[in-house]
Amino acid sequence: MLKIDNLHASIGGREILKGLSLNVEPGQVHAIMGPNGAGKSTLGNILAGREGYDVTGGSVMFEGRDLLALEPEERAAAGVFLAFQYPVEIPGVNNTYFLRAALNAQRKARGEIELDSMQFLKRVREKLAVLDLKDELLHRGLNEGFSGGEKKRNEIFQLALLEPKLAILDETDSGLDIDAMKSVAAGVNALRDAGRSFLVITHYQRLLDYIKPDFVHVLADGRIVESGGPELALELEAHGYAWIKDRLGPEAA
Amino acid sequence: MSALLDSLTAGFEGDATQRAALDALLRDGLPHARVEAWKYTPLRALERRKFIAVDAMPETSNELLTGIPAPRLVFVNGQFDAASSDDTSLPAGVTIDIIDAYTDDAIELAADAPFARLNTLLARTGVAIRVEAGTEASAPIQIVCIGTPLAADAAWHLRHRIELDAGAKCTVVEHLLAFGEHAHLSTTRSEIVLADGAQLTHARTQDEATRATSFLRTDATLATRAHYTRIDLELGGGLSRHELNVQLQGNGACVNADGVLLADGRRHLDTRLGIEHIGRDTVCALRWRGLASQRGKSVFHGGITIHAGADGSEADLSNRNLLLSADAEIDTQPVLEIHADEVKAAHGATVGQLDPTALFYLRSRGLTEADARRLLTAAFCREIVSAVDDANLRSQLDASLERALARVVEG
Repeated sequence: MLKIDNLHASIGGREILKGLSLNVEPGQVHAIMGPNGAGKSTLGNILAGREGYDVTGGSVMFEGRDLLALEPEERAAAGVFLAFQYPVEIPGVNNTYFLRAALNAQRKARGEIELDSMQFLKRVREKLAVLDLKDELLHRGLNEGFSGGEKKRNEIFQLALLEPKLAILDETDSGLDIDAMKSVAAGVNALRDAGRSFLVITHYQRLLDYIKPDFVHVLADGRIVESGGPELALELEAHGYAWIKDRLGPEAA
Repeated sequence: MSALLDSLTAGFEGDATQRAALDALLRDGLPHARVEAWKYTPLRALERRKFIAVDAMPETSNELLTGIPAPRLVFVNGQFDAASSDDTSLPAGVTIDIIDAYTDDAIELAADAPFARLNTLLARTGVAIRVEAGTEASAPIQIVCIGTPLAADAAWHLRHRIELDAGAKCTVVEHLLAFGEHAHLSTTRSEIVLADGAQLTHARTQDEATRATSFLRTDATLATRAHYTRIDLELGGGLSRHELNVQLQGNGACVNADGVLLADGRRHLDTRLGIEHIGRDTVCALRWRGLASQRGKSVFHGGITIHAGADGSEADLSNRNLLLSADAEIDTQPVLEIHADEVKAAHGATVGQLDPTALFYLRSRGLTEADARRLLTAAFCREIVSAVDDANLRSQLDASLERALARVVEG
């Protein structure tokens, strides 16, 4: 589904990703862990199409298409979703209005019939039931005055509603207390299925107690330096990222 | 001599005092661009134009009036249109008069206010609203001014007065609309007098024809704990200038004046605030948004003076602007003068482009770049309207704003 091959990317002339490769198959949950500054958020941003990054080498294929050649909205319509680390507050844009516009823009781009307001509200209600989100938030401006937890839950709600094939969660656990994290994780788990893949980017292991990954990768200094099963996350938690550096030897650190 | 002033004052009839005032005005002429108050709104092109007076009531369509309920007062090309007006449903304690002559002129006008001076000499009609002490008028009073095309460019002058006695409460909604394209000129003066504890909500939508010229001067005086809430949507017109002066005379008087300037096309919009804190513990909260695209120009001057003795006053002004084209222009100038003690004052003005992070966020959810830009632009303006308490008024203003935003072309 997602095939990243030897990806090199820089920002303002500084190389951040230095040959990153990763394969994600349908239905798999991959966790990307790593120390601050390793390039975790850069990876999420590049996959979603944020401006300001120069891809200097390598390729990213998504279901056989060159993902990097697509505009952000084309990637969304193709089924890529990025849950932001810092969701943007946009006062004056009604949350519900925005969600319907986004969903219908994607459907239109895919040649599907747009949902009318009745069909849309039905879908909203279905997804709300799964997510423990106050429907009062739907009538407010997009993320306007939302608490940190509400913003992250709203990201997961958008994810539920837009039903992407690949969801990238960029430090969705950051700034959340344990209850908010559990609720976000429950939302994500409810959305797991055989066709949908997740890339869970996180600094800490604790989110992975609640979202069980199939694979764990350690991203350090712009590339994946270690891959394994869920046990790798536990080892990292026990030994810290310094342990990875030791295992790599001084030339890679 | 200017062709403009000559044509506007041709056939002037007035007593000796008025004649002397007119002569002084003609002597002074129109202000030069060196005059601070007119620096960003030059009058050279206008000065060469000529306008005729209006003498007959033209045809209009009632289509423009749908959605504007009674009580409703309609003026067409500056003349009262009794047939389209409806003031039968006024609550007790509210009187509305259509003025046909003026005698007093309490407000002294400076030399740099030529259109207000002209208006004082030339206006023959307007609305006078009076709300008696303690009366709460529930239904908003709607004032509609419509411009329609005539054989030549015409000029008219209106003068309104809104007076709320102690503890009275009322909403006034003004609509400036066009029925067809024209290039007329209008001057309007509004005097607003709020007695102790009176509360006036005042909304105004300026959606004139794209070549129309309009000058509005508002002078409001607020007594003790009077509260004036105002929103102005400057959406249309070719040149529209509003000088909004509010005197917070009584202790604890408060003004909330918000607005949107939508300078697309070749529109020139100029709003000039003059807020004077005179009483103790007076409050002003002013939130203005400006947008300029294509060859539009948005000019904002936020003048606040906190006079000696206005201790404990609070002033808060924000003016945020979006510049959507390299050919458009935004001039903004907050001016705060403080002569009192223990004052809280904040002012800020910004000019920027759409936030790239917000654009990316919307696009990452599937919206096209054009749609994302439109949504953010609309949100920028809509934030001002969404603060309006009254749901009916809010949706009325929202609809006007929405129509105007649909016309905005970037670049």
